[in-house]
Amino acid sequence: MTVVERREVALVDLLDRLLAGGVVITGDLTLRIADVDLVRIDLNALISSVNENVPAPWEEML
Amino acid sequence: MSGLRYVYAVCRPFGTPLPAQLSGVAGVPPKQLVHHDLVAVVGQVPEEDFSEEPLRAHLEDLDWLGATARAHQNVIDALTVVTSPLPLRLATVFRDDSGVRTMMEEREETFLRTLDRLDGRVEWGVKVYSEPRDTENPQASGAPGDGPGSSPAKAASGRDYLRRRRDQRKESEERWERAEEFARRLHESLSEGAEDTRIHAPQDSALSGAPGRNILNAAYLVPRTESEAFVELVDRTKDDTPGLRVELTGPWAAYSFTGEDA
Repeated sequence: MTVVERREVALVDLLDRLLAGGVVITGDLTLRIADVDLVRIDLNALISSVNENVPAPWEEML
Repeated sequence: MSGLRYVYAVCRPFGTPLPAQLSGVAGVPPKQLVHHDLVAVVGQVPEEDFSEEPLRAHLEDLDWLGATARAHQNVIDALTVVTSPLPLRLATVFRDDSGVRTMMEEREETFLRTLDRLDGRVEWGVKVYSEPRDTENPQASGAPGDGPGSSPAKAASGRDYLRRRRDQRKESEERWERAEEFARRLHESLSEGAEDTRIHAPQDSALSGAPGRNILNAAYLVPRTESEAFVELVDRTKDDTPGLRVELTGPWAAYSFTGEDA
């Protein structure tokens, strides 16, 4: 169970944690972290635009 | 040291130097910034990429975001080997060391409390997918909207057609209920082996590239010493689940369990 043995993690699993987890700091930052959550939406738009043949399940949730 | 300060994590002092070849965001090796009983793991990053406007633009660039997320994870992984870090949200950037120290000073008590809670713990991710089936393919099921003349030959009458559609819908609903029931039971059973749990939003298959529909995307906080038993528990429940797929990821630093806001 070492780091070396692990296969490369999927980006989407990583973003689940890095964009939805981790301590959120407010203060003397260059960018308000709350803004970062918007990235997911932009990501979805990005992916759907390059994968027009793939149905976009998030539309069902809107 | 000029430039901005990218903060990866806050830790208890861990006494071990980080690997010399360890590279972080912007290709810069992280350093330790000690403040009382806390260490911030910090890297210098260029203003032209990490001040507000360029950072905002970069975060919408999937390639940049992916590379940055992996560099961040690279540092957190190295920290996880020597301690139980408290990871910060991606792209937490301060103007200078003094800003980082002020932040640690203000949050000292909370950080120490959270670090105690996470000490010796790791996070495991478990996802359940409902596998795609042929009947969900419109071509195989004779979906409405095929247009006149393209109805499958077996639909002898409109009534037959409607009955078959109803049966298919019922089967699909039942399969969905079975999948949800499986996910619910799995989550219950895994929760018993975990100190804390968090449910993430189901992943989009277009985003993950994983086949099937993601019905459970959960994180579990587990003591390192009990991780082996937890992994075995997941492995056991993986069996005997036709039409469903269980995926385990980890061990992660406790990203999903960093605070009260989580």
